[in-house]
Amino acid sequence: MTQLPLRAQLASALGRTAATLSRVTGRGDGSVIGGRVGLILEPDLLRKLAADRKLVLVSATNGKTTTTRLITSELQELGEVATNAFGANMPAGHVSALASNKQAPFGVLEVDEKYLPEVLETTQAGVVCLMNLSRDQMDRAGEIWLLAQKWRRALAGKDIHVVANCDDPLVTWGAMTASTVTWVSCGQPWKEDSWCCPECGGPLDRKGDDWACRECHFRRPEPTWFLDDDAVIDPRRQRWVLDLRLPGRANRANAAIALAVAEVFGLPVERALPRLREVTSVAGRYTMVERDGRSLRLLLAKNPAGWLEAFEVSDPSLPIVLSVNAQGPDGRDTSWLWDVDFRILSGRPVYVTGERRLDLALRLDVAGVPFQLCETFDAAVAQQRPGRVDVIANYTAFQQIRAEFGRAV
Amino acid sequence: MPSDSALRIVWIYPDLLSTYGDQGNVLILEQRARKRGIPVETVYVRSADPVPDSGDIYLIGGGEDRPQILAAERLRRDGGLHRAIDRGASMLAVCAGYQIMGTVFGGEEGQPVEGIGLLDIQSSRGPARAVGELAAEVDTGLGGHVLTGFENHMGVTRLGPGVRPLSRTIVGIGNGDGTEGCHAGKIVGTYLHGPALARNPWLADVFLGWATGPLTPIDDAWYDRLRDERLKAVLPR
Repeated sequence: MTQLPLRAQLASALGRTAATLSRVTGRGDGSVIGGRVGLILEPDLLRKLAADRKLVLVSATNGKTTTTRLITSELQELGEVATNAFGANMPAGHVSALASNKQAPFGVLEVDEKYLPEVLETTQAGVVCLMNLSRDQMDRAGEIWLLAQKWRRALAGKDIHVVANCDDPLVTWGAMTASTVTWVSCGQPWKEDSWCCPECGGPLDRKGDDWACRECHFRRPEPTWFLDDDAVIDPRRQRWVLDLRLPGRANRANAAIALAVAEVFGLPVERALPRLREVTSVAGRYTMVERDGRSLRLLLAKNPAGWLEAFEVSDPSLPIVLSVNAQGPDGRDTSWLWDVDFRILSGRPVYVTGERRLDLALRLDVAGVPFQLCETFDAAVAQQRPGRVDVIANYTAFQQIRAEFGRAV
Repeated sequence: MPSDSALRIVWIYPDLLSTYGDQGNVLILEQRARKRGIPVETVYVRSADPVPDSGDIYLIGGGEDRPQILAAERLRRDGGLHRAIDRGASMLAVCAGYQIMGTVFGGEEGQPVEGIGLLDIQSSRGPARAVGELAAEVDTGLGGHVLTGFENHMGVTRLGPGVRPLSRTIVGIGNGDGTEGCHAGKIVGTYLHGPALARNPWLADVFLGWATGPLTPIDDAWYDRLRDERLKAVLPR
């Protein structure tokens, strides 16, 4: 890498000091504060830190952090990789990630959906990975149709290679203005946000993963990569059984798109796939934690599409603890609970906790799912017999549970 | 085929307007009817399909600007909802769905878009987004309860002489003039999510009562606990 100008060097050094202070004082993992300090001192810092690197930006409603981790793991096969591994996905987090590894020739950055146009413009990243778009924290995240429109404008007319999930109509529409697109069929279990054509508003006819507008030309592009149950089929029609250590369909989808990204970087499946299999837990997600003879598996689900994927991972023979909050990062409107079909939990012992447990209690009552209300997470755990238990929590509820176990990741 | 004795609920355009848990209002009406032994048939009407005019209770929800404009165009062209209201059906319209019931509302650039004219209201884009918990005192004509819910919109709605305010706000923005929502005949419009009927089971019963006559009481323990908690969290002490 070329030397940073003196001012940028200073900004990045002071940012690292702030990050260290944040960590040692136990206030956070340091990835945001460090970047903020750096950006105040040198607004152009992100552009300078990004220059001369091979960058991939990863964005979606769900699976950003995990897919970022998977791609990072793959590209480490080629060299050092700078990445925002802790989900700090706005520009301050990107500055912090790149500043903490200035020598790395590769960068894998998780990017908040709204920030993608800005970060693309600043970093001039050459590769962008887009997985899915669905309703999420509507009181602050805004409207996904509008979001896809902004992606289109940001990608148009630039020399960018996009790797995108063509099973998601809104992602397809957002990605298709890019000069080069590798289409990956990763599936789309949550379809409630894509019954209408993003191009003309007409009805989308859907059959399996395929879709087409009944009224205009807009239809699913032909994919070159496919997720096929437990395997990925590459553009040469070779089938690779994934055999991941991360559980669930959603992670197989993340792995499929990560393998397509690896190939854009010249890394073949036979070298990338073993790297994916090394990933076991991502920022506490899917971690097993132990308490008094109970093994709790922690699953994060932040929106209806995420809950659907979490139910798929969850073991129907086990008791399940659900925890829901409505702080800023969760979205303060709990209405989304009514978009989740909880009836799949019928027949399992269900324990309800979190700051908005009464919203969830009414939701389950109306769904006809018996449950037990618990004042605290500890009280919910105390109800469990020794053995395995699944836990699904939304964002801040998940962080609270993780903090109780000392962020054991 | 719908039987004559069943309560018919029609959910309009879930493919366009249902981004805020609006399905909850449907599920709550179904639950509260069934608990009273009233059989229910629910029809989900996608935007490419005609709106049946034989329903008892119609629901329409919230959504983004573009789907809102599409929904207004299609409802105007279709005419089924207008015929149903003329027949005496009731309607709960929420947020974006509330705005399109009026004569005009604001499009994605703030431009005026023609509504479907079932309520005497006019909406436009306000200066700032109204986001947060709302509490309001309900019009005594609808029972004088306290309305609770979550609002998230940029609309300002002016009520004409043909409607009455649904409520007077205690906390929150609502229509923007100290009132929240409106009602006229058997049409109720509101900005509130939560969903509205989860937070306000009395309002669900207003609709059920209009359709089926006097209702027997049911166990509202979970509804009451949620309402109490939310009202305690937002009402000034």
